[in-house]
Amino acid sequence: MNASFTITIDNQSVEATPGESLLEVCRKANIPLPVMCDFKGLSPVGACRLCLVEIEGVPKLLPACTTLVAPNQAVHTQSDKLRKYRRMIIELIFSERNHICAICVANNNCELQKMAYELGMDHVRFPYLTPVCEVDASHEKYVMDHNRCILCTRCVRVCSEIEGAMTRDVMGRGFDARIITEFKQPWGDSTGCTSCGKCVQVCPTGALTPNDAAQGRLKKNPELVALLIEKREAKP
Amino acid sequence: MNLQQLNQISESVQEKHGSCLKRVGVCCGAGCISSGSTAVVDSLKSAVKAKGLEDKVEIFPTGCMGACNQGPLVKVDTFNETIYQKVDAENAVQIIEQHVLQDQVIPSMLLFSDSDPEPKVRADENSFFQKQVKVVLENCGLVNPESIEEAIHAGSYMALHKVLTSMKQEEVIYEIKKSGLRGRGGAGYLTGLKWGIVAKFQNAIKYVVCNGDEGDPGAFMDRSVLEGDPHRVLEGMLIGGYAVGAGKGYLYVRAEYPLAIKRFEQAVKQARSFGFLGKNIFETNFEFDVEIRVGAGAFVCGEETALVASIEGKRGVPRPRPPYPAESGLWGKPTLINNVETFANVPPIILSGHHWFSKIGTSKSTGTKVFALTGKINHTGLIEVPMGTTLREIIFELGGGVPEGKRFKAAQTGGPSGGCIPAQFLDTKVDYENLVSLGSIMGSGGLIVMDESSCMVEVARYFMEFCMDESCGKCVPCRVGTKQMHDLLNKICQGEAASSDLELLEALAPMVKETSLCGLGMTAPNPLLSTLRYFREEYRAHIIEKRCPAGVCKMKTAQNKKKARV
Ligand SMILES: Cc1cc2nc3c(=O)[nH]c(=O)nc-3n(C[C@H](O)[C@H](O)[C@H](O)COP(=O)(O)O)c2cc1C
Ligand code: SF4
Ligand code: SF4
Ligand code: FES
Repeated sequence: MNASFTITIDNQSVEATPGESLLEVCRKANIPLPVMCDFKGLSPVGACRLCLVEIEGVPKLLPACTTLVAPNQAVHTQSDKLRKYRRMIIELIFSERNHICAICVANNNCELQKMAYELGMDHVRFPYLTPVCEVDASHEKYVMDHNRCILCTRCVRVCSEIEGAMTRDVMGRGFDARIITEFKQPWGDSTGCTSCGKCVQVCPTGALTPNDAAQGRLKKNPELVALLIEKREAKP
Repeated sequence: MNLQQLNQISESVQEKHGSCLKRVGVCCGAGCISSGSTAVVDSLKSAVKAKGLEDKVEIFPTGCMGACNQGPLVKVDTFNETIYQKVDAENAVQIIEQHVLQDQVIPSMLLFSDSDPEPKVRADENSFFQKQVKVVLENCGLVNPESIEEAIHAGSYMALHKVLTSMKQEEVIYEIKKSGLRGRGGAGYLTGLKWGIVAKFQNAIKYVVCNGDEGDPGAFMDRSVLEGDPHRVLEGMLIGGYAVGAGKGYLYVRAEYPLAIKRFEQAVKQARSFGFLGKNIFETNFEFDVEIRVGAGAFVCGEETALVASIEGKRGVPRPRPPYPAESGLWGKPTLINNVETFANVPPIILSGHHWFSKIGTSKSTGTKVFALTGKINHTGLIEVPMGTTLREIIFELGGGVPEGKRFKAAQTGGPSGGCIPAQFLDTKVDYENLVSLGSIMGSGGLIVMDESSCMVEVARYFMEFCMDESCGKCVPCRVGTKQMHDLLNKICQGEAASSDLELLEALAPMVKETSLCGLGMTAPNPLLSTLRYFREEYRAHIIEKRCPAGVCKMKTAQNKKKARV
């Protein structure tokens, strides 16, 4: 094991080990950072851009989830600019599809909604784009409502990296990108899906839900998946 | 293969040329082919055959000669350089009968004879060619790109021989570093520096990738080089491979370029049979081979990390950098990724030295740049000029100015990642830094000229639409931000926007620029920002007066709506 070193985050000295990401270090040190696409134990992708931080001497904003620690790094997780941008990003997510919380099964049990509160989003200044998206209710246990999907790809990663089923993927580009099962078959027709439900648990919104969840009554337990991943990696 | 054999090939080609009465090259770049140059080749060949002169008059295809909108072009005697324009199957016969057999020039068919009252017999006396300095395009339009012997005669593989037999890896890198060559794929990163980073990794499998994705609308520089001088690119990759210690190279090229793919494939096959690829190249221990990977033509696949994913067979989506591909590229191995034009600059630097190269261009941007001239300009086509040439020289001297006596309005460089440069900056010397300071970028070399009939808001809308369509969709700011910006611009173009919409645009642009994951999103706001910077008046006219000053945008004003109903 390489020797650890210290870096500073928001002017506070924090211990870091080579190979760790800035986000991991922040988590250990209880420094809060907004994340949406990241899920502990899944490979980071740097897609939502909420965890962007400023690093002294680096001209670009970098995502904490994919940026590795380096000796003498001086990181700032809060600034007016970062707060402004994060708020705009969460507004863009809300404007993209359909996130009318009052009629969503995930109401009050939604990471996206919680994040919007945390980032102080009181309204969305961009026009709602509300494309009409498919609802795939063909699976015996779960429903995929694309209208609520934020394309974080947590479900895709948990399916391939943890369950090993590789049932889910992304298809299409840009605004037309969609999560698909198999080769864009109805989920219920998928022979690869093991119905394990991990995707449902890690999904941060009401896009993936059990099909018996009533509006506002959804309970998800992503911690269980995180624990599973941790235990699986634990060396005896 | 050794030097003696290389020289022998060259000599026998020289002999063949010497025994010819005349050599007639027909431009078979994609532009001229689309205007019918294949039929011209056939016609010339049968005319020569009818006279029984097959051994005396050589008819051969060449790469792009540059003046694409005058095609098909035919060059008689590559050394006297007379170019005929708009040749078809019929008047091609005339070229054989008059010029080839009787040494009589045909004035009415000379290049630019429709606009120049005194068309030039020697093509290089045209202002279109006079300010050009051909380094990358040295052989393009001169040699037959389908013949490796002709390429060798033109000097190909001499640099490779020099490198393999007399230079250490670090000497090659030193030479490239000292030359000041910067990446021609857009960002202008110092090539020698990149080579040095890849070379640093010891005992690793390494790869070389040549980026021929060329996705900017209106750009065709890399295509022309691949079509016109494939051996040059291959030789550049080989030298790169030797310098960084790689054994395998990939050319990534889009499926929309079938001719470039065909010519490069041919070049690879020929090079393999001549021993320039494979084991023991030039009787040394150096071993290298090249494969072609054809992409489906997504703009984002030109971004290096997406390109790597695509070659690996995955979805062509970028990932955050660092790590850069120089450290962790193809299959996690150190990978040298350079643009087609970058690699094409390498052999001449090796042969003529860094002193020679760095004297061309400006101190920080050395060498030349190939541009694809398009839009409202008299001579559209492919040109190569020293860095530091002014926009005025490029547009008005080489390009022959704006057609129909219209007023020049702006030059767009850098495609969807670039910006629009207005008339007051026509005397700016074109180099990496100057273009950035004007709010644009060098980009890969597309140069679109706009005149008074172009609406700058519509231009911004067009490029935003391009970015929106080409966004891979991975990160939020680009996926949703370009869509929102596009819709807002659309609203402005339709006369339905309020001032608050412009405020939203101005809030979004810097955010998308700073927070997007890859260069596509990071540069997508540039056309918007640069037109706002120089043509704010036009935005105002659309928003406040519901009027498009250039008369391009169809306004959905109350009046127009009524008209539509009637
Ligand atoms: C959206 C996007 C598209 C790109 N397209 C190309 C391309 O078509 N060709 C190219 O050479 N570089 C392209 N690049 C730049 C490459 O990522 C990379 O920097 C380049 O190939 C490196 O080569 P160079 O150093 O020789 O320029 C693109 C970058 C971005 C962000
Ligand atoms: S379905 Fe849920 S987990 Fe999957 S990409 Fe959409 S929001 Fe993310
Ligand atoms: S900036 Fe655009 S193209 Fe690049 S990763 Fe983000 S969504 Fe994809
Ligand atoms: S959590 Fe880092 S980019 Fe989404």
